[in-house]
Amino acid sequence: MTTVALKPATMAQALGRALRDAMADDPTVHVMGEDVGTLGGVFRVTDGLAKEFGEDRVTDTPLAEAGILGTAVGMAMYGLRPVVEMQFDAFAYPAFEQLISHVARMRNRTRGAMPLPITVRVPYGGGIGGVEHHSDSSEAYYIATPGLHVVTPATVADAYGLLRAAIASDDPVVFLEPKRLYWSKDTWNPDEPQAVDPIGRAAVRRHGRSATLITYGPSVPVCMEAAEAARAEGWDLEVVDLRSLVPFDDETVSASVRRTGRAVVVHESGGFGGPGGEIAARVTERCFHYLEAPVLRVAGFDIPYPPPMLERHHLPGVDRILDAVARLQWEAQS
Amino acid sequence: MTVMEQRGAYRPTPPPAWQPRTDPAPLLPDALPHRVLGTEAAERVDPELLRRLYAELVRGRRYNAQATALTKQGRLAVYPSSTGQEACEVAAALVLEERDWLFPSYRDTLAAVARGLDPVQALTLLRGDWHTGYDPHEHRIAPLCTPLATQLPHAVGLAHAAHLKGDDVVALALVGDGGTSEGDFHEALNFAAVWRAPVVFLVQNNGFAISVPLDKQTAAPSLAHKAVGYGMPGRLVDGNDAAAVHEVLSDAVAHARAGGGPTLVEAVTYRMEAHTNADDDKRYRGDSEVEAWRAHDPIALLEHELTERGLLDEAGMRAAREDAEAMAADLRERMNQDPALDPMDLFAHVYAQPTTQLLEQEAQLRAELDAEARHHENEHESEGTAR
Repeated sequence: MTTVALKPATMAQALGRALRDAMADDPTVHVMGEDVGTLGGVFRVTDGLAKEFGEDRVTDTPLAEAGILGTAVGMAMYGLRPVVEMQFDAFAYPAFEQLISHVARMRNRTRGAMPLPITVRVPYGGGIGGVEHHSDSSEAYYIATPGLHVVTPATVADAYGLLRAAIASDDPVVFLEPKRLYWSKDTWNPDEPQAVDPIGRAAVRRHGRSATLITYGPSVPVCMEAAEAARAEGWDLEVVDLRSLVPFDDETVSASVRRTGRAVVVHESGGFGGPGGEIAARVTERCFHYLEAPVLRVAGFDIPYPPPMLERHHLPGVDRILDAVARLQWEAQS
Repeated sequence: MTVMEQRGAYRPTPPPAWQPRTDPAPLLPDALPHRVLGTEAAERVDPELLRRLYAELVRGRRYNAQATALTKQGRLAVYPSSTGQEACEVAAALVLEERDWLFPSYRDTLAAVARGLDPVQALTLLRGDWHTGYDPHEHRIAPLCTPLATQLPHAVGLAHAAHLKGDDVVALALVGDGGTSEGDFHEALNFAAVWRAPVVFLVQNNGFAISVPLDKQTAAPSLAHKAVGYGMPGRLVDGNDAAAVHEVLSDAVAHARAGGGPTLVEAVTYRMEAHTNADDDKRYRGDSEVEAWRAHDPIALLEHELTERGLLDEAGMRAAREDAEAMAADLRERMNQDPALDPMDLFAHVYAQPTTQLLEQEAQLRAELDAEARHHENEHESEGTAR
């Protein structure tokens, strides 16, 4: 038996490695976007790719998100697998028409004749002190669009595995990269990176019996911390990392909530019209008779993303999660 | 020293590396639209090509009339007619090689049909049985695009991808005058020029974006002038002169194929019908304007040229009309049959692998359909008993 050398790696490195390996395995994979070439991306995710694969496959495009995604559509029509970068969450909005009117529905409108295997990488979310338009959590817009897969990793290993799965998918995938986890480190074997489950499976990050925290992306480590802190209060929390918002893993989520009888959905994006409402409804529909309390949501406030010096008040933190967990003692309150 | 004094002392110098990158003069379009018919240039054109263009124009006019009639009969939800613009549609189709790609907008069914697409398949979007009733790869025709100008970056990307693969493929994208105001028009032209993509943009300037005339759409001297800012040649052509449109597009396609990059062609034409059957064009234009353009009809222009030169006689005209009539009769007959629809198709092509959520919804619809069928069966049975 060989011993696998586990080394610390950052999520950004794992994402870069996934792009590199996908490009090496499949000559139709092309990386494109603003600054992805010579600079290696503003987060250095594409570092070294242009040198290794050349400008034809790692292309610094003009600064135009609709153009980046729109030309990627044409490239995919001709048999390529474009992986486009939107650089920052709020920069992706000019590309929404291409995404919604074409990328998401080309397979459907052509009765399967013209699938578009495009991966749209969107660095998203706050917590890095970014100025305005650099910290949005726009996942609600994406999950409301049929035809797109929407995934978001929370661990270094998932960053690699999910991005490989996204690029290999014959369907368009919006790949949401939690910016504040780019530099999070994990022991990971970069020499033998493992693919993870196919897109659409959630992972139970921590097993527990008293309640389930349902979360994804940047909120996963926060929930893990909250779960540790809750032990002092006598709460044994389970943490489910969705990994994929579309498709949604009802099975894992429902099984967990049926075991624990209580659930809190945690995410950064606003609560009203946010993913948490959908998740809470799904859990209620499937687990009503198992629930000891209403499904609660801990979300960002329903405000435009705040300036960086105030963002800590907006982002769901450990205390806000613990407060919600306390409110799960429904019977005692009512 | 005051600020003003400082400014006075300031001697601007040009930035160190500055030099003009391109001489814009060769990129500029001519002041007047290029014309061939009725000029000496027409004699250069292969008579066979002129006859072919004529036959396709006559077919195209008949197709527009038939499709408009089908709208009135309720067989089509809507039909944006290209009557008056047939020269652009036909030239766009005929100028391409089989391996090339056409990117039409919603008004360009005729271009797709002239390229060889089954006339019925070209109309499914407008009939409403499916958005795109054909496999785009079969004739290399992208889906008819309803959002404005969003198909232009697709054409650029496809041409770029083909070029990267070493394939000798050109993409031709059609857009209207209104579409040139959209952001995607700008981004597509900019990408195409920077990448030197083998793509040709044909703007059919038919005078109106629904009701808004060109002078409210742009302040540019012509739409072809916009090319210069992107660093590609702009060409202005009489869009009712089929030979001229064919010539200008041929040059642009050859230029693209030879690695010269994109061209923006503006064809000046006129939409003779309203935008669609839902539009009342009397509210924004006068009869005299429409009549003036009727005198510049693309079929009449070409017919005049051909008959003057003895290339077409009464029998030839009759043959073209009969061919068009046969096409219309076939279209009418097949469009008058209800399309066979399978509701389960709703779920068939959303994803390569349907999500569990879609599988649940698919099961729900299946159950609803079964219940409906049982209900009908019961009705029949009770009718039988009553008798």
